[in-house]
This record gives sequence, C-alpha cells and structure tokens, in this order.
Amino acid sequence: MLGCASSSAADSTASGAPRSGYSYLSEETRRLQDDDFANPGMLWVQKGEELWTQSSGPAAQSCQSCHGRARDTMRTVATRYPLYSPELGRVINLEQQINRCRVSRLKSSALAYESEDLLALTAFISHQAKGLPVDVRVDGPAAASFARGRAFFYQRRGQLNLACANCHERYVGFRLHGETISQGQINGFPIYRELWQTMGSTHRMFVWCNEAVRAEPYPLGSQEYIDLELFERWRARALPIETPAVRR
Amino acid sequence: MRDRLSRRSAMLTIGGGVLLSMVALPGVAGDEDTAAAIRQLYGDRAPTAGRISLQLPTLAESGNSVSLTLAVDSPMTATDRVLRASVFANRNPRPLIATVLFGPKCGTPAFSTNIRLSGTQDVIAVAQMSDHSLWSAQVRVLVTVGACDALQLRY
Amino acid sequence: MPNSRIKMPESAAAGESIEIRAMIMHPMENGFNFDSQGTTIPVHIITDFVCTYDGTEVVRVQLQPGLSANPYFSFYLTASRSGSVDFRWTDQDGTVTTNSALLQVT
Repeated sequence: MLGCASSSAADSTASGAPRSGYSYLSEETRRLQDDDFANPGMLWVQKGEELWTQSSGPAAQSCQSCHGRARDTMRTVATRYPLYSPELGRVINLEQQINRCRVSRLKSSALAYESEDLLALTAFISHQAKGLPVDVRVDGPAAASFARGRAFFYQRRGQLNLACANCHERYVGFRLHGETISQGQINGFPIYRELWQTMGSTHRMFVWCNEAVRAEPYPLGSQEYIDLELFERWRARALPIETPAVRR
Repeated sequence: MRDRLSRRSAMLTIGGGVLLSMVALPGVAGDEDTAAAIRQLYGDRAPTAGRISLQLPTLAESGNSVSLTLAVDSPMTATDRVLRASVFANRNPRPLIATVLFGPKCGTPAFSTNIRLSGTQDVIAVAQMSDHSLWSAQVRVLVTVGACDALQLRY
Repeated sequence: MPNSRIKMPESAAAGESIEIRAMIMHPMENGFNFDSQGTTIPVHIITDFVCTYDGTEVVRVQLQPGLSANPYFSFYLTASRSGSVDFRWTDQDGTVTTNSALLQVT
C-alpha cells in the first residue's frame, strides 16, 4: 500500500534534519506562499489585524488596549506556543490563550474553533513571528504533555492501523499517489490549504489525518491534540515560522 | 451537457463492492461541450489561433488553484482594442471559467487569476477584438490532484 | 462584508499603465463539495467584479465556479486624473462588497 516508487536518500528519517513542508511544494505553490499580497492566507492575517483593534465586551476593550501594537509586542509569542499555563495547570495552545484573554480579560465570548475570527487572530499573531525559529519548552511542567504527545505520534490507530510516524518519519520522501510524503511539520500553521480552499488550524489538520487512516478524530481543542501539537512543534524546533503557509 | 461518467465513477461501478460515496460525481466535458460554450458567447465563427499569450504551469500539483495569465496583442486605442476574453477548460464539468471585459480605462490587455482544473486538460482562451475578429490560444496543463472531486472525508 | 484586499501604486504619471491586484475572501462553492452529513453544498459564488475609475470601467469580470476560492485578479489601469479607484464584487445572492484606493496622478 505504501511501498511505491523510490525514496530519496537525502530525505530524513527520524534522525535527519527537520524539513519544512515548504521544501516539498512545487515552485508555483512556493511562489504563491512567498507573495505577500496574493497568498490567500493573508486575507485572514488582514482580518486578524482588524480584529486586533476591535472592541469587545462590556468595557469595550480590544487586544490593542492591553497589548499595544502587535508588531511590537507579539513578535516572539507564536514561537513559544503551546506552553504550560500555571493558571490553568496544563499546556494550552495559542487559540486557547486568545480565548482566555477574551473571556477573562475582555469579559467577552470565546471564539469557536475554526471560526473565521479565531483563525484570523491566530494567523495574525503567528504572522508577527514569521521567520523566527519555533522554540517551545518541553521540560518541567510541560514534560507530561510532551510525553503524551510523543506517544500519540508513535501510536498506531484507525482501520488502517497507522501512526503519524509511519508516514511522516518512516516513509518521508516516498510517494503517495502523486504526492511526496513530507515530515508533517507544523511550522506554517494556521495554513491556507488548497484542498480545503480555506484557512485551517493544526487541530483541523490532525482531525483530517486521523480521518485519513479511518480513526475517530478527537475534538478540536482537545488535550490529546494539544499534547500532539506540543510534540509536533518540538519536532519543528528551529524551523522558521511561515504563517500563513500555503500547502496542498 | 453530455451525461458522461468520469473515470473515477466508472471505476467504482466496475469495482462493485463498497462505493466511496453515493453523491453524484461531477461529469466531464467533451470537446463538443467546450465548443458549444464558446459558440454561446462568441457566435459560430471559429477563432483564429494567435495574438493571445496564455500562460499556465505545465504541471499543477493542485487543481484547486492553478495560476493563469492571459495577455492579448493589441494597441488598445479607442478604435482598435480587445473587447473581452474568456477562459475555458475543456474537461471541467463546466468548461467556461470566466470572462473579462476590458474597459476604456484599461490600456494593457493582460489579466491574471487562479482557476480550478478537474484534471489534466487543455485550457483555451478566446478573445474578441473591436473589429469583431476572434482569436484563441490553447495550453495543456498536467494536473496531479483534481479540483472537482468531492472530498470523500468529512473534514 | 467579506474581507477584500487591494494592491496598487499610490501614484502614477498621466498615461502610465499600472498593475492593480485585487482579492476577496469567498469560498466560491462549486457545488461539488459536501458537508459532514453528506449533503452537497450548493453552488455559491461571486458572479461579478468591476473596477471603475475616472467615471468609466477599467475591467469587469464575469466569474464562474471554475475560478479558485478567494478569487484573485491582476489587471492594468491607465492613469489619467487623480481620484478614487473603486472595486465592487457582487455575490450571486446580491450581496455587494466594495473597496477603493486613491490614485495620485502627476
């Protein structure tokens, strides 16, 4: 089923260097990602920029009220997420941090997962860190989450009985129909995925991948996916943030 | 449009067993359908090949977004200009992709956009000049993943 | 109003042909996708785009479902007078989105 064609010896296995999904794209798609205007993900970044200054909640505050200009204060934020929240006693991701701010600081409502607004804000904040290396902490209080995420990555699941690692480590560089199997790195999220013709989060990607092996997916925002996200960001460490990346 | 099975639905019928989906899959246009679509917009006269530069990638890794650039050779004066141009994909379920009308404030008859291609096929551009002459260009694009195949997964 | 985006020079010389790039957030549903319940999502597209300047049309596009989502256009405008360049997208259900930019002509 997976044993098609040839692999490239230069493509890494578990011990190789991290490679961004960008390096597996055609020249056309790379050009689209690099085009600051035509990259479709920039529509969400632009929306996020508007939302950043939009008042919400009874005190009519906005992100900007506390955080000032995102370009100044959000520059390194996305490189550190997911991270351990002492307040909540668990690892949270950027989407959850945004919602925590909205609920507890702005006294406004949380934004739904995969909603245009939450994708826009996540993309906008992540975009401020574009070019900076992913740099998450996986020690100390984050260690348990990291261990669970790692276990998830190597756990076979679904009717096809495949683990993430079976494709994204063992068969990197091999082909699946017309596509070359990438390392499955998440340094570009939220991404504009051409298959979806819209923007999507890491959790949407995990759901899609789990469905692809005919496994029942976990809910968006579940702790299982946060753990996996932390492990995946660790795998992507030192890769530059590319938000908004364009992928197939 | 002719009701022709796409290759994928033909395979499902032959394979028997479990169908991936009960949703009707999009059909495939034939050259007659494309010719009919061109006639509907531009009349019965056959266009002459030429005067249009049509650029698309030779190989598109995703049919969902294929870049297209169209440029017409015309002085764009008040009396000698391009009126409009249309793009067709001869195997898409609906061959007509878009029509561009060049107004008086457009001095360079060039246009770029991104189109959907359901699979490997020819993309055809037809342009109509102010003297009512018709011109055309055709480019073949290899497509790895088709755009019109309904997503078989829930997500 | 859906999010739209414009890129064009702020100024141009009279008679100069400048490139305009325009994009709008829209799914351009082609009628071949279906939702998690297996129901086909009906066709839902922008049908018309027009750019006007100095009282006349620069370019008009009649869109079909064969265009990609979040439709992107690049085209050219010949500068004449300083003024507003206006953009208008019309959805099949009649919803109109507008945007504009100022052009200084020297």
